[in-house]
Amino acid sequence: MDRTPSDSGPARLADPDLDFEPRPDAAGSAPSGGQRAVEPFLATSQPAGVSISAEAEPVFGAGTLGGNLGPGRFADRVLAGLSSGAGAFLVLLIGLVTLFLVIRALPAITADQSNFLTARSWDVGGDSPDFGVLPLLWVTVLVSLLAMAFAVPVAIGIALFISHYAPAQVARPVAYVIDLLAAIPSIIYGVWGIAVLAPKIQPLADLLSRHAGWFPLFADENVKGGTIFTGGVVLAVMILPIVTAIGRDVFERTPRANIEAAWALGATHWEVIRTAVLPYGRAGLVSGAMLGLGRALGETIAITLILSKVSNTGPFSYSIFNGGETFASKIANNASEFNSPAQTGAYIAAGLVLFVLTFAVNAAARWVVNRRKEFA
Amino acid sequence: MTSATTVHPLAAAPGTGWRKTKDRIATTVIYGCFLLALVPLVWLLWTVVSRGLSAITRDGWFTGSQRGITYRDPGGGVLHAVVGTLEQVALCTLISVPIALLVAIYLVEYGRGPLARATTFMVDILTGIPSIVAALFIYAVFVTTFSGQRAGWLVSLALVMLMIPVVVRTTEEMLRLVPDELREASYALGVPKWKTIVKVVLPTAMSGIMTGVVLGVARVAGETAPLLVLVGYSPNDNNNLFSGPQGSLPGMIKDQFGNLGSTTILRGGHKVSVHYAADRMWGAALTLILLVMVLNLIARLIASRSKMSS
Repeated sequence: MDRTPSDSGPARLADPDLDFEPRPDAAGSAPSGGQRAVEPFLATSQPAGVSISAEAEPVFGAGTLGGNLGPGRFADRVLAGLSSGAGAFLVLLIGLVTLFLVIRALPAITADQSNFLTARSWDVGGDSPDFGVLPLLWVTVLVSLLAMAFAVPVAIGIALFISHYAPAQVARPVAYVIDLLAAIPSIIYGVWGIAVLAPKIQPLADLLSRHAGWFPLFADENVKGGTIFTGGVVLAVMILPIVTAIGRDVFERTPRANIEAAWALGATHWEVIRTAVLPYGRAGLVSGAMLGLGRALGETIAITLILSKVSNTGPFSYSIFNGGETFASKIANNASEFNSPAQTGAYIAAGLVLFVLTFAVNAAARWVVNRRKEFA
Repeated sequence: MTSATTVHPLAAAPGTGWRKTKDRIATTVIYGCFLLALVPLVWLLWTVVSRGLSAITRDGWFTGSQRGITYRDPGGGVLHAVVGTLEQVALCTLISVPIALLVAIYLVEYGRGPLARATTFMVDILTGIPSIVAALFIYAVFVTTFSGQRAGWLVSLALVMLMIPVVVRTTEEMLRLVPDELREASYALGVPKWKTIVKVVLPTAMSGIMTGVVLGVARVAGETAPLLVLVGYSPNDNNNLFSGPQGSLPGMIKDQFGNLGSTTILRGGHKVSVHYAADRMWGAALTLILLVMVLNLIARLIASRSKMSS
């Protein structure tokens, strides 16, 4: 943004101008219109063209350009400078995010009495802070993976439905309806999830923990409603649209020839999907699922409202029928108590870990997509 | 089938028993997936509408605030929350749209080389940045470092980080759809590049850009995480973005959710327990959904109209 037109402006402009604009000699001799404007703009053009097509002048407002080299060139530099400045600003912004989070988190992490990554306590108020993010990491990852496990198969089904099963008139409204899910604010998912959905799926949770409770994931922890399981179901609904959208996109791009070859071999509809469509869309699906995972990892308010807080003093629980806190919900739950820099620093440190986590997942997802694009 | 060990499964005749059955199962499952996704959507919308309708149709809902109203009191309105949300979103839009447009113009019209690649990557990263991290960043800069006070405008700044990628993505897509012939015709007329972009490319893509902006607004209007970190919730009217706690629709839902409780009143000689706070919570949720849905509808309308004209 603060780029002045003089630094690198002319050098940047030289290329596109040569790429797109008629060479001076060509423009001068060809009767191509708007010549009065071209003439001063292109220094070497001849006055020959002026009279030929004066009526073409007003088309793009070329006549208002003025009669000297100055304004057009200057404005060109301004726009080029501003827009590349805006691009640079975004790059800078992500750099600043990392920088500020690290600067604010480091003092808290160094003052931490126990290992920041592996400790289970969270005591950040006093003079000797003692905290770690292990439980937060566990709950965040577990609830997000659970959401993925629920959402991805359904999303693949819907994407196939829209791209290869539903007739064209049906497919569009269906896609719109799925997109509506993304338009609902997450706080409403949270309220609905804990107040309406949780009591309805509790019997299922009870059933599982009664009959499969020996398995650590399904152990009964005496938490009703506000469990990781409920959170996973709600998150699954929330990430469904993005996974579906990307799946739909890749399935629709399956080459016609592959599909018709499968039909010609006598495949049934499902066999066409399995042999032609799914293999082609695999990379896209992986990245769609990972983008969904990125969303789920960072989801704040829905999870904050749903999960019950539990104490971390007992034996470590692996169960999905337990409560807990994610990185985001820990920060949100305590946002009103950001008093001292040390205390705030601990939460910013948690935020930093979340940032790194989502950054890695999203970057990996983009990497898969871009690699695919290259040979598609 | 039994003897066809060397034959590809597809080479067997279609419609033989098991293959046909498998095909039917797959079709059923795929239709089932779609129906399954409808369940939460319909359920959620039905819940919000049926429970929130009584609150928002009451007198004074759109004209009053929550001043002095506890879970024991009926009534109160959302004006303070609607004003807060609209102000925060308006400031965010005002900042985001110019930056996002410039970034999109840069990526489509100028972008080459390492800076363009870095910018594209950063837009992707911004798309995935959790809202709570954006909020923490703004907090770390403006409150911790510059010792500012929590206020509505900080929320706007955090929302800017969430809105920019949405607008950049749609605008970029729209600008790429503008045919190169149009640009070349303009250059051939001697129109300089900046004027070609401003007078030819942007107007051609305008409806698509508007769609992106409206979708961006709809996305940030329901964001709650930055509100928790960056501004206190106030049940009173506060039209000042730059100081003091401010109400907002998501903030109001959170506030009512935190103060749920029933109170007993006498109605027709019987004691009945009523849930005023819950009613208001669903009412605020319905108001927020209506706001977001209307914005989405506007975006769709602009998009479909532009498709017809092109």
